[in-house]
This record gives sequence, C-alpha cells and structure tokens, in this order.
Amino acid sequence: MTSIEIRTLSRLGQRGAVFTTALPAIAENRPNIKLLTADLALLSGMSRFKAAHPEKLINIGIAEQNMIGIAAGLAMEGDCVFATTYASFIAVRSLEQVRQHLSHLKCNIKLIGSSAGVQAAKSGVSHWATEDIAFTRALPNLTVLSAADALEAVKLTEYAASTTDPVYIRLSGGLNCPVVYKEDFDFVPNKLKKLREGSDAVIIATGSMVVEALCAADILSGKGIEAAVYDMHTIKPLDKEGLSEIFGRYPLVVTAEEHQISGGMGSAVAEYKAGFRNAPPQIFIGFNDTFADAGSPAYVRRCCGLTAENIAERTSDGLHCI
Amino acid sequence: MFDENLLKDKAKESRQLILELAHDTKGAAHFGGSLSSVEMITYLYSCFLRYDTKDPANDERDRFILSKGHCVMSYYVALYQSGFFDREKLWEFEQDGGPLLSHPVRNLSLGIESSNGSLGQGLSFAVGQQLAARQKGLGYRNVVLMGDGECNEGSVWESAMAAGHYGISKLVAVIDCNGLQSDGFTKDVLNIKEMFSHWTALGFKVYQVNGHDFNEIHKAFSEMDFDDGHPKLVISDTVKGKGISFMENNNVWHHEPITEELYEKARSELQ
Repeated sequence: MTSIEIRTLSRLGQRGAVFTTALPAIAENRPNIKLLTADLALLSGMSRFKAAHPEKLINIGIAEQNMIGIAAGLAMEGDCVFATTYASFIAVRSLEQVRQHLSHLKCNIKLIGSSAGVQAAKSGVSHWATEDIAFTRALPNLTVLSAADALEAVKLTEYAASTTDPVYIRLSGGLNCPVVYKEDFDFVPNKLKKLREGSDAVIIATGSMVVEALCAADILSGKGIEAAVYDMHTIKPLDKEGLSEIFGRYPLVVTAEEHQISGGMGSAVAEYKAGFRNAPPQIFIGFNDTFADAGSPAYVRRCCGLTAENIAERTSDGLHCI
Repeated sequence: MFDENLLKDKAKESRQLILELAHDTKGAAHFGGSLSSVEMITYLYSCFLRYDTKDPANDERDRFILSKGHCVMSYYVALYQSGFFDREKLWEFEQDGGPLLSHPVRNLSLGIESSNGSLGQGLSFAVGQQLAARQKGLGYRNVVLMGDGECNEGSVWESAMAAGHYGISKLVAVIDCNGLQSDGFTKDVLNIKEMFSHWTALGFKVYQVNGHDFNEIHKAFSEMDFDDGHPKLVISDTVKGKGISFMENNNVWHHEPITEELYEKARSELQ
C-alpha cells in the first residue's frame, strides 16, 4: 500500500476503510463471505460492497440482537459472517447473543463495532462504548482486536477473515482519523507492536490512544524522559511473551485506552502482571468509573484525561514516585 | 384548549427553530425525523399532556417519553415553547458539557423525562411507570413517541405484549410513520407490513391519523378512554423532512449537515 493510499484510508476513517476498501476485496473469490448490517449500510459506506457483491449483503433492519442470531445461523451453515453496528449495540445491547453464538458455540462470525469509545460523544451515553473491551474479553474463545488507525483497521479485518475464530473488532476514530502507520507493514497477530524505543518507561496503548501515546512520548522526550510505546491491537489473546519481556525491562508501565479502566486493556495487563515478582508499578489512563458530561469527542477525552498531555504528566509524576 | 391556528403558528415556529439549531451546530443533524414529528409533539405539549413547569417533577405529571431519541430538536423546541426553559437555552444544543444532547438525557428540571437513543426502550420504561402509577394510585398518563423504523427492534414488541397483558389504559404509544429509516424506505429495509393489526392483536386500541393534521390528531386523542383496560396506539402517518421541500421524503436528510445555500433556501420556505 502506498503512502497516498494510506492517507486516503485515513480520510475514510476506520469504518470507511473497512467497509469501502477491505471487505469488498476480501469478499472477492470468497463465496462464503456475508456482510450483515442493522440499518447502517449507508452510514458505514457499504455502497461499493453492495455494488460488487449484492448477494452477500443482508440488511437486517434496526434489530441488532436478531442480526447476531441470524449471523450464527449463517455461520453454522458454512458462511464466514461479518456483522456490524455501533460497538455499544454489539457489546452492550447484544451481549447475550455474542456470548451464546461467538463465545460458547465459536461461530465463524466477525463483529465490527464502530464508534467505539466516545467517538459518538455528542449522542450521549446510549451511543458510547466504554465497557466493550471488558465485556468481550471476559468471554472465552473470542478474539478481541482494536485498531489504532485506518490502515490497521484494514489489517485487522483481513486477519479476521483469514481465521475461522470468532472475532470482535473495535473501531474508534471518525473521518480523517490520525495516521499512526505511515508505511505499509506486515501485520503479526497476537503480538504487541513496538512503535517507539525508550528505556525510562513504557506506554502500552490501544485504539485511538495509540496516537496520543506517541505524542506523549514526544512531550516526555522534551523533558529528557524516553518512553517506549507499544500498540496493543490484540487485547485477547494477550501477548504474554511480549508482556513478560516488558515487565522485566521497564521501571514503569502506563496503559492508555478510550474505555473504562475497570475491566479494560489495562486491567488485562495488570491481571497478568500480578503473577510476577518485582513487576513494575502501573498507571491506568482511561475513564475512571464515570460517565463524563457529553460534548464533542475531544471535549470528553479532555475532561477525562485521555490526552497526550495528561499521559505525559502522569508518566512523569509516576517516575518521580518510584 | 384546542386552537388549530395557534397550533399551526407553533408548528411553524418549531420548524424555523429546528432549522436554526441544526444550522448552528455546524455538523450533521437529524432533520428528517424531527420535522416529521413537529405537529404531534406540538399537539401533545399544547393540548394533551398535563404538567407544571414550575413543579416539573410533580408526581401527577403526565410522562412523555421520546423513544425515537434522535428526533430531539422538535422535542427541545416544544419544551421551550411550553415554558420549561427560555429560548437562549435552546442554543446549548450539542454544546460541550451542556444538557441538551443529540439524544435526550433525563433532566426533570428541564422537563426531560427519560434518556433515550438506543432504540426500542421507551415503551418498556413507560409500562414500568404505569405499573408504578397503578400501585401508588396516581392518575398520570404516559405518551411514548416511537418511529416506524424503531419497530424493527424486538424489544418494542416485548413491551407491547406487556402493555396489552397488563391492560394499561393510561398509555399511549405514538408511531411517527414517516416511512423511512437510515438505509431507506422501511418497506424495503424491513417490511413490517400490517402495522395496524399487529398492535390490535396485542390488545391495543389503534387510531390512525394524518400526523400533520391537528384536527385528526385532536379527534383521536379526544376519543380515548383512559379507563377502558386497553393501551392505545396512534399510527401517525407523516412525511419525513416535512416542511422543507428538498428534505421531504428524501432520506439523505435523516442525519446530514446543511450548506449555507440550502440553509437560505430552507429558511425562505419556512417564512
């Protein structure tokens, strides 16, 4: 993929990149691919998919639980089913269907949750997905992925299509989402991806917080603190090998996610870290057991400290306390 | 007090304010469903619902639930017109940290009864409020405004069964049948076919009105008996985007930003 194509993807945003670019290509020569939507075909940018593969697109209407049940029936009969709606309507509204069909029965379903975190901040809490990592990573057998930018969203989608495992892909970022990966790269599933070197601290981020973590590392570097940055695109299964190495190397771990701290990616890191003698302390960046006042996504993130400045400040303060 | 001319004036002002609010957000707004529901919401707040803006949490108030939560603009305007807050407050719509979000969030001091946005949840909430009224011996009524697209949600039918089962007389569900949802015509996305008979089968007394005709709306609400053992359903046939020619029956305007040129055109049409 060229740098111009990468910039085009970022303009489309993560959702646009997946439905406009990745899925039409994936469905090519794959008769068993199906794409299900709950009345969001236009919003998700499925016109190209529909034109290329009209028989593979099924609009279920505004009925998310029904959509996942239908996806399970299709999957049991041999289809690889992508199903999408807002992340909250998958991981909150339809959690029982996800548990039954993806987690317990391991159906070949790939759920794509858009507007994860507070991307739909102005719409209020009904449209936020700030607990979806906690809910989905508690489910056995389910792979939980989270894209840092539009290119990575494409890579995650391609990976999901290549396995028969049930997968939940969390998409954050609207149109013109920031570019983290400026060049094409080979996606390695289940492995933490190091984006920046550093030895004073490590920031492990996921989704929309990866770009903030990189900016935080720049701010810290200006103060003489060199922080390494990792992109945790695969939250489940956890990259235990990568984390073991991290716990042995850095004096401070910072985790950053657009999600509740409780049960989120940082909690997954902490659960594993609890078994290590002399493991480094951890600072959690995320929503702290609260629903913030609504406003623009940037406003909500700012109110709750999900910014590069706050990540840098908390990291710097944390190092002083060690 | 039913005064058709007064209601028409309010509806006209409502559409003008909806346009101004949507324009001033500088982003996409839910024009279509807000414009289709103007007459119904105007009627309810002017002629049907009982409330006291000086005591907005009064136990005896009628409860209005905007279950199709995205159509907030006509709702917020009606709350302003009814005196729950002043005109300036409207311009807190979608502002950072403000109380008037793009889906309603419960705030009784402003007259906002419930939080909605995730569709298919308002009718259950209203059934619960009615069961509470029955236990407490209170006489308030509930009106729930839903969309025809919203009826795709299975939870709508679970709550409809409960309302019928418990024979909840003081509950009026209104479906703003504008025939469109996000992806297109409801008959093409998920055809419910016999809206009328589905609800009568569940025990509802069903009324069908032209949702832009105040006389028809008034006639239906005037005929209702709130002690007859049946929940009520009003099928309100409307035009999505009503009042602005290029938005009418055009689903592009389900949720869309407006350009300066189209804003001026809409403005002149609403004069």
